[in-house]
This record gives sequence, C-alpha cells and structure tokens, in this order.
Amino acid sequence: MSNTLIQDMPLKQGKRQRLDKPELLAPAGSLEKLKFAVHYGADAVYIGGQKYGLRSNADNFSFEEMREGVLFAEKYGAKVFVATNIYAHQEDLDGVADYLRELENAGIAAIIAADPAIVEMAQQVAPKLEVHLSTQQSTMNWQAVQFWKEEGLPRVVLARETTMEEIREIKARVDVEIEVFIHGAMCSSVSGRCVLSNHFTDRDSNRGGCCQSCRWKYDLHADEQSVMEPGHNPFTMGSKDLCMIQHIPDLIEAGVDSFKIEGRMKSIHYVASVVNVYRQAIDAYMADPEGYRLRPEWVEDIGKAANRPLNTGFFYAVPGAEEHIYEEEEKPAPYDFAAIVTDYDEATGFATVQQRSPFRPGMEIEFFGPGGRQSFQTIVEMTDMEGNPLAVARHPLQKVRIKTEKPVEPLDLMRKKL
Amino acid sequence: MLIGESRFGMRQPGDILSGDLKSAVLIAHRLGAKVYVNMNKLFRNDELAALPEYLISITEAGGDAIVFGDPAVLMNARRHAPGVKLFWNAEMTGTNSSAASYWGRRGAARAVVARELNEEEIGDLKSKAEMEIQVQVHGATNIYYSHRNLVQSYLEHLGKEASLVRRGVDRGLFLVEAERPDERFPVYEDDNGTHVMSPDDICLLEALPELVQAGVDSFYIEPLLKSEEYNETVLKSYRAALDLWKRDPGAYKFDNLWLTSIQRLQSSERELGFGFLYKEQVY
Repeated sequence: MSNTLIQDMPLKQGKRQRLDKPELLAPAGSLEKLKFAVHYGADAVYIGGQKYGLRSNADNFSFEEMREGVLFAEKYGAKVFVATNIYAHQEDLDGVADYLRELENAGIAAIIAADPAIVEMAQQVAPKLEVHLSTQQSTMNWQAVQFWKEEGLPRVVLARETTMEEIREIKARVDVEIEVFIHGAMCSSVSGRCVLSNHFTDRDSNRGGCCQSCRWKYDLHADEQSVMEPGHNPFTMGSKDLCMIQHIPDLIEAGVDSFKIEGRMKSIHYVASVVNVYRQAIDAYMADPEGYRLRPEWVEDIGKAANRPLNTGFFYAVPGAEEHIYEEEEKPAPYDFAAIVTDYDEATGFATVQQRSPFRPGMEIEFFGPGGRQSFQTIVEMTDMEGNPLAVARHPLQKVRIKTEKPVEPLDLMRKKL
Repeated sequence: MLIGESRFGMRQPGDILSGDLKSAVLIAHRLGAKVYVNMNKLFRNDELAALPEYLISITEAGGDAIVFGDPAVLMNARRHAPGVKLFWNAEMTGTNSSAASYWGRRGAARAVVARELNEEEIGDLKSKAEMEIQVQVHGATNIYYSHRNLVQSYLEHLGKEASLVRRGVDRGLFLVEAERPDERFPVYEDDNGTHVMSPDDICLLEALPELVQAGVDSFYIEPLLKSEEYNETVLKSYRAALDLWKRDPGAYKFDNLWLTSIQRLQSSERELGFGFLYKEQVY
C-alpha cells in the first residue's frame, strides 16, 4: 500500500474542458423499475439485494432477478450496481463472501459499500466487482478520497455535505471517479451518524431499519419551557429534497463522474420522470455547452413527480430555515401517475394502457416518453379491450384503450391532472 | 483521559488548545495517567492544512494516542506523528471486528466500538479483532449528528431572536418528541454542527465484570452535560470497582454504594440504564 500524501501538491490550473459525459445513475427498487429507469435514459442503476442493503423494506432483488436486470440493462449499454451499504454487526459478517461472489456471478458491475468489512471482502473474493465507497462513509475531503483511491477503490460517493467548491478541489487533486447525489430525499444528519431509530424503536438505522425519526415532530425546550407559541410549527430535522436540475453545467464542469438520483422506494413514475429530465439536461449540455439553456418544462416535470419541496442541499450554502420542512408537506404539483402504455395502434390511433390509478373520460392527461416526448390531451374516447365504451378505469392493472391525439409508444407513461 | 479542541475533535466538554497540550500531558503523566487527543471530526478540504501542525504538537507534547475517524487524519498521522498510537473511533459506525481489523492493519491500535452493540456482539468483536477495544460505560451518548444548524434554522423559521441560539454544549436546550413527553433529548449547536444526545445515561457499572471477561480493554466515561461533582463521583465508583476486580476477581463483590453515590447525583429526568448492552435490535 502506498502512502503518498500530496499535501503541497498545487491545484491544476486553468478552465477544465470536460470531455467525458457523466454517468446518470438511477435507483431501481424492483425489476420493473429497473427497466423503466434504463429505458428512460439511466446509464447505470443501483438496486438492493436480499441482504446487506439499507432499504430492508424495499422489494429487493433475488439473484435471478438481478441476472434478468443485468441482461435487460446490457441491451441499453447500462450497468447494474448493488447497494451493500450497511454497517455490519458480527452476525452479518458470515454470509458476506458468498453473497458478493453471487453478485459477481450475476454480472453486477459494482457494489456500493460503506463498511470496510464489506469493501475488503469484495476485493478479496469478487475481484471483478468494482467497489464504490458509499456516501454512508461521509467522505468530504480530498485526502480521505485519496486514501480510498490508494485502497484500490475506483469510485467515491461523496457525503451530501460536500459543497460544489469542495467537489471541484477534490476532482482537481485526486484522479478517481466521483459520484454525487443530485436528486432525492436526504438524511439531515451526516449519513450514518444517526441512531434515532435505534433509540426510538430498536430498529438499526445503519442496517436498513431507519424509521425516519428525523421527520417526526419535536418540541424545542429552552431551559424548562417550550419555545413554541400558539400557531408555531413544531421543530423537525426533516430536510427538503435535493434537486440540482438548475445546476447541471456546474456539476459537469466540476468534473463529477456520476450523477446519482436517490429513491429505491420511489415509484416507476417518479424514477422515469426524474431520469427523463436529467437525461435531457445532461445530453443538451454535452451537445452544446455554450448554447445550453435550462428548459422550463424540465423544472415543471420534476415538480410533477416530486413528493416534497426541493432545495440544493449543501452545494452552495449550509441549509437554513428555508431548507427544512416545518410546514405540513404539500404535494408541489397536482399530478398523479395514471397508466403505462403497453401498445399503440397507428391505424386507429388507440393506445392500450395498463391502469395504475383510476381515470375517466373528461380528465386532462399527459403522455410522456424518453427524450422528452410529451403530449397533453383530454380523455375523449376510452374503451375496454373488447371495444365497449368505458366510463371509468377503476381496477389496478386493468387494460383499457384510449384514443390519443398524438402517437405514443410502449413504456410511455400517462399521468393525470388532479 | 481524552482531551482536545473543537477544531479537531467533536463533542469535547471543553477545549484544551494545542498550546496547552504539553502542560496537560505533563500533569497527567506525573499522576500516572495517559492522554489521548481527540481528532474524531469529519474534515473539510479547507481544514486539512491545519492537521500537520496539530499532529506535530501532539507528538511534541508527548500525547499517548490520537483518536481518528476520518482517514485524512490517518494519512497525515503516518507522516507527521509516526510515533504516536492511533485509536479508531467512527462513533455509531464502528460495529464489527472486520472493520476494526481493517483499521488495525492500517495502524490503529485500538477500536472504539459503537454504543449500539450488545454484550454478545462486543465479546465476539473483541475475540476476532485482535486489537484493544474501548467501550463507553457511562454517560450520555450522541445519537444524531448533522452539519446543519438545526436550532438556528428553526428559530429563524419562528422569527425568534438570535439570542436564543445558544451555541455550545449544555446550554439548556432539549428536544421532546411529540409522543414521548417524558424523554428530553439534549440538543446543541457548535462550530461542528448540531448534536442530539440520548435522553438517558448509560451505566454499566454492574456489568463491569462481564465486560472485563469479554476482553474489553478500556472503559470510557462520557463527561458531557455533567457537573464536575457528578463526573468525579462516577470516576471514583468505576475506579473502585475495577481495582477491586483487579485485586482478586474471585473475591469481587458489587458494592451498592458505588451505584447509590451516582444515583444521588443523577438528574431525575435522566434514567440510568444499560443502553444497548442487553438489547436485540431489528432492521
């Protein structure tokens, strides 16, 4: 192991000319979500297996599903990563080696690990698996990044506390891939440094048991008295969600190698919408940096999928009063996921869709697909699969036909205005 | 004892600045005690430049060990404090023997284990880690740490006077969760961010023989949020128990006075308990 410490190394000078396109990395809580994430433009997806991941409540992947996911992703040239990001206890250690070998055999490209126990085991038993250092290690300075590079890790996911300025310096000083979260929910604590769940419910947050106690309501007492007065909102640690759509050029110019979207528990609609938008923004910037303009519909479309109010985290300033959720959470935009397009008949102009929430004729809807294809219309003609007119699509997964004003494609999504 | 200053170490009950390290170490050494210097912070780029000088001052002061969590400290210590022992303390993320050994092979002589482990886990960890382990046996534990200024943010949201933002430990601020009115969680903000502490105090005095037999090498008493009198009393009780055990484990008998002297000074709002020592957690 080398032990270089380039304390006095000068920063590279001059304006960076970014040549490589950054990776867009999306979450996939299930095989279906994986397919949508890839179809909508993710270069890589990260999933959870049955063990060692931090979303013990998610629909995690079996090895068989992983293999199928990897094959699907390969058709698009995309990779599949597995989050093995727990901090293991003694009882967790025994099965790690076998599990990692299985991941390697399933064609997984990388694991995302925080615990050195898992990092080291992967290096020993599954050499074809890349090891990416998880954000749970809270790496936020360039020397720590240098340390992990020297330990043989090709990629470090930075702590969400790292600022844009710090990312620039890290990229300038250390030649290693840097991944940062650009969108989604955030721990308000330094990742991994919170055991509120353990104390409140005996559920271990660092092994996937987090019950989001940071988002609960608290009363702040100064001395013996509450600071709350009538009409005041209670104290909370809950953060607004991260959204960096307005700052794609900054992220690319800082040299970030992988743009990560949070949300293995989120819906198909969420993943597809968010991936779709960032895919367009990254492609637009890479195609023509000088002519790049943020398109208002990107911001709108993110809003249609958002569950919480949005902010830019630590990138430009320490989050303050405006960056936490003291008010009741409001859904920012009145849209809901309604259906998935499974077929389109050019001759009749009818799309076959699979219902995901009820809709009826007269509703304003939107179809959208990869690359920003988008069309708005009112449902006028709607029938069952036998061609009988339908007054409402009430049943989950029910297939119905809708006359569309513009052509649509299978895997396009339909949302309804509420 | 563990000393330090907030530029490098988090949640110190008070600062002993680098200029005073030498005299602090002298006093402790004269009394036969060791001095460990706390550098358990997670550092930012612009804080790295101060590390070499501080590490050199620890070396020159004769500090007995450096406590680190951030690998940047390890990198710098290899170069600037090569003769000083390193203790790994990653707070709640120090949870298994393989991780401890990982840092052991990279220079750490001791692992500080998470307070959320139970006795079986501690014993198993010790038997497999092949290094010293340190366990907190008494006091409050940090249960949430953020780089955000959460008290300040909230008071700004309420439009309250900034005077309520009392920075520093033990300033009488508490969080009370809506459905648990009897538990008061001390919260404070300092230059390193926001710290939330447990609503109760660990007290493993009665479990000391079990922990000694499990191979625990060092028992840590957390002095944060406590009076000097309280901390002295706690120290005396644990000292007496450990000395008695050392003299003759076979004749060891728990002296209830050790406990009652602590209980007498214990805040009625903070229960003394075994923390996670006998708990099973789920996930």
